[in-house]
Amino acid sequence: MAYSNKVLDHYNHPRNVGSLDKNDAQVGTGMVGAPECGDVMKLQIKVNPETGIIDDAKFKTFGCGSAIASSSLATEWLKGKTVDEALAIKNTDIVNELALPPVKIHCSVLAEDAIKAAINDYKVKQGAAPLLQAH
Amino acid sequence: MKPIYFDNHATTQLDPRVLQAMLPYFTEHFGNAASRNHAYGWEAEEAVEKSRRQIASLIGANAKEIVFTSGATESNNLAIKGVAEMYAEKGNHIITAATEHKAVLDTCKHLEKKGCRVTYLPVMGDGRIDLDMLRGAITDQTILISIMYANNEIGVVQPVAEIGKIAKERGVLFHTDAVQAVGKIPVNVIADQVDLLSVTAHKMYGPKGVGALYVRRKSPRVQLTAQMDGGGHERGMRSGTLNVPGIVGLGEACAIAQAEMPEESQRLRGMRDRLRARLEATLDEVFINGSMEHRLPHNLNMSFAYVEGESLLMGIDDIAVSSGSACTSATLEPSYVLKALGLGDDMAHTSIRFGLGRFNTEAEIDYVADKMIAVVTKLRELSPLYEMVKEGIDLSKVQWTAH
Repeated sequence: MAYSNKVLDHYNHPRNVGSLDKNDAQVGTGMVGAPECGDVMKLQIKVNPETGIIDDAKFKTFGCGSAIASSSLATEWLKGKTVDEALAIKNTDIVNELALPPVKIHCSVLAEDAIKAAINDYKVKQGAAPLLQAH
Repeated sequence: MKPIYFDNHATTQLDPRVLQAMLPYFTEHFGNAASRNHAYGWEAEEAVEKSRRQIASLIGANAKEIVFTSGATESNNLAIKGVAEMYAEKGNHIITAATEHKAVLDTCKHLEKKGCRVTYLPVMGDGRIDLDMLRGAITDQTILISIMYANNEIGVVQPVAEIGKIAKERGVLFHTDAVQAVGKIPVNVIADQVDLLSVTAHKMYGPKGVGALYVRRKSPRVQLTAQMDGGGHERGMRSGTLNVPGIVGLGEACAIAQAEMPEESQRLRGMRDRLRARLEATLDEVFINGSMEHRLPHNLNMSFAYVEGESLLMGIDDIAVSSGSACTSATLEPSYVLKALGLGDDMAHTSIRFGLGRFNTEAEIDYVADKMIAVVTKLRELSPLYEMVKEGIDLSKVQWTAH
């Protein structure tokens, strides 16, 4: 399969790889996927308590190159956004940016799910109502 | 630079000596082997008969027992469908195994729709069939056992001689798809008591598009219903003008394999074992798929836990190998062969098949080992699963959000 240059770039130089302290009240952690499906994404955000802006984002992904690229791109986009702005990121934005072929659209869906799961975790920690998950 | 070729179970590079043998049969010796009344035909026929002897010699057969085909898929179809039709009055039951090539499995599925009954034997954890299970599966309706000689993914060699013995005792015909074994390890249709055996040229440094089916002529004399109608070539079993240059190439490939097998298999085994030892010395959580004891000398199939196969292939894009990962298959399902061994989907997703061949070098082994170690290490730094395992979390107890 031919990969787009953007997928290759994220695969070869993944941004924001790593882990944040999942016990930190300002950190939201989302983990989606399953090993038997061939992809698991862990995505974390750290929200600045004064500004409400996502200061830091980290990921680790078990999955194909497109899954790695989708989560790497997601962390880039998350940084500097407010939580509400982050919720507006759609999987189709990731598909377009990375030029993912149809068989890899599920990678972008997983990345969107990971973002929502991380924000949900953060909101719950902050005492807010959990997001309604679509699935 | 072209990638290092470690995918010799898929196909092999044509040996230059084979090409040299073939070339005259494209140009000056272009005759039709079925032309009985002029020198062009005689030359072609002579070349075809020489090839028949070369193939027969490699597998311990008689030249008259070799039927030329377009390759192993056709040989497998002809053997299985040909027996099912010819022996329909005797019975309608076929026994095969879960890890067979699709050319056998899909042929059997086709026959099921036509009223045959097929038993798909499971395999044990090491990839071999259970002989007691085979014995138990045979009924008075069983007409054919079709079990491969060696597997194309995991290189596991089946107990062919024992299967042949059981088949003979019970009066059932025995076909073996031997494309991965012939020319690589000793194969003998007499010692193994095989009745039908499929080979193809391109897995043993010959050309694509030509193969053969061994059809036993004595004790018993195996009969087949032809699957194509035409001029009645190949003793009526396979009509169609013979592919003379291809057949010459197949014969030459067999002759070279026969002459060089002892030295070559030892060399490849040494290289394979070196690759395995280097990977295991540096990487933790790597697992061999299938028996190491009963295995082709040039095959290594390993799972690199917590690293997904396609992302691994992406990182080693200067090495040509295959993966059992779903993402690399047309069906988006992980390897059915690895699943038949009892591997979970998660481990099947992380598997890589290394198939060494005649033209690989020691230096390539070291390059591949270094590259594999570097990429697996990098991807494990990226892997949430590897991180969790290192934290002591049992992944089987985690509530995953399957999608």
